Amino acid sequence: MIDLLVCYDVATTTEGGRRRLRRVAKVCVAHGQRVQNSVFEVSVTDTQLLTLRQKLLDILDPTEDSIRLYRLRQPRDSFVEAYGRDQYVNFSDPLIL
Amino acid sequence: MRQLLNTLYVQTQGSYLHLDTDNIRVDVERQRKAMIPLHHVEGIVVFGNVLLSPYLIHRLARDHKPVTWLTEFGRFMARTETPVSGNVLLRTAQHAAACDPDRTLAVARFVAAGKLQNQKTTLMRAAREVQDSDPDLLRQAARDINAQIGVLPLTGTVDEVRGVEGAAARTYWEVFPLMIRANRDFFWLTERTRRPARDPINSLLNFVYTILANDCASAAQSVGLDPQVGFLHALRPGRASLALDLMEELRPATADRAILTLINRQQLTPRDFQQHEGGAVTITEDARRTILAHLTERRKEEVTHPLTARKTPLGLIPHVQARLMAQHLRGDRSHYPPYLHR
Repeated sequence: MIDLLVCYDVATTTEGGRRRLRRVAKVCVAHGQRVQNSVFEVSVTDTQLLTLRQKLLDILDPTEDSIRLYRLRQPRDSFVEAYGRDQYVNFSDPLIL
Repeated sequence: MRQLLNTLYVQTQGSYLHLDTDNIRVDVERQRKAMIPLHHVEGIVVFGNVLLSPYLIHRLARDHKPVTWLTEFGRFMARTETPVSGNVLLRTAQHAAACDPDRTLAVARFVAAGKLQNQKTTLMRAAREVQDSDPDLLRQAARDINAQIGVLPLTGTVDEVRGVEGAAARTYWEVFPLMIRANRDFFWLTERTRRPARDPINSLLNFVYTILANDCASAAQSVGLDPQVGFLHALRPGRASLALDLMEELRPATADRAILTLINRQQLTPRDFQQHEGGAVTITEDARRTILAHLTERRKEEVTHPLTARKTPLGLIPHVQARLMAQHLRGDRSHYPPYLHR
């Protein structure tokens, strides 16, 4: 699994921009979890990363928006510091609800 | 290579699971409790009154991720069988082998041998850890089981194999309580009782075996084998005989040892059990959570598979074994090699 940080800025001045924002957010939700308003942490396999990237590029308007993918260094818990309200869930821990 | 994914267990009564942008969304009393991306989950196990939306069930079925419904107390009720993906030729080979008494006998012998060997290993390992006079009793039982392994090649029918396995099982369960080092006056075992369990150990065994049987059924299905057509276990409507066959050798190595660990570390204590009228004993919700968490952690533990010599997470062993079984049935491997735990 590859851990990624996905951040985006989508221009929302036009109706089309707001639509793109919703679509980008949806794609990110489908692959990972929201850790801040437009920041997602995603844990995917190589193939899922290709799909995710392609889907984002299909939505993106390169003149208006910006999307950044950062690879997180493993193991995640030694390199990510989070303060304040943190709702991150590690999906490889036991999932018992 | 297959990735080891997580299983989602839901035991909060009244939960509602539905599909929300490729996530499993869990609501309790209309409050969102969790969002879990589908690609992290291999299957869902739900206890008692938990609802799943039809679209979630459809999506899970399409992705070959089974849903298992258990009662609130962990008894197996139903499981979705996703569309069979494997190779028809493999399944016809499996059916042909099941109809051929010689081949059935050969597979049954290896399955039983694997189970007995793992029982022996479990006993020997416990013998190193207990004090007092018990090690001798455990070692003696291990020797008795070892002698039974020697009898297996002489068996002429599957019924005889079952007889040998039964004899070994009696020896094994007789000394099983000796491997317990904590709360000994509470945890005792006179005989295996299944429905209902009449003592705490039986209730634990039944619960853990249900979970394990489920993993084995998924493994058989995912390599394209028919989980209902087994060799050591007799064919019976509704029984996943092949899953039970695959599970035999894993019982002592994974399930029994998990229970012993939890009791000996005092993570399970007398407070975790409820005695019901009529003698039935059940496990509390908290105890089930402890067990499931422990099993999930153990699944990630890496062991070296004796045959492939690869480091494999314990949770993928059923898949490796199912694949080896498939290779044997297809004729690529002269016999079925059981998994031998160290």
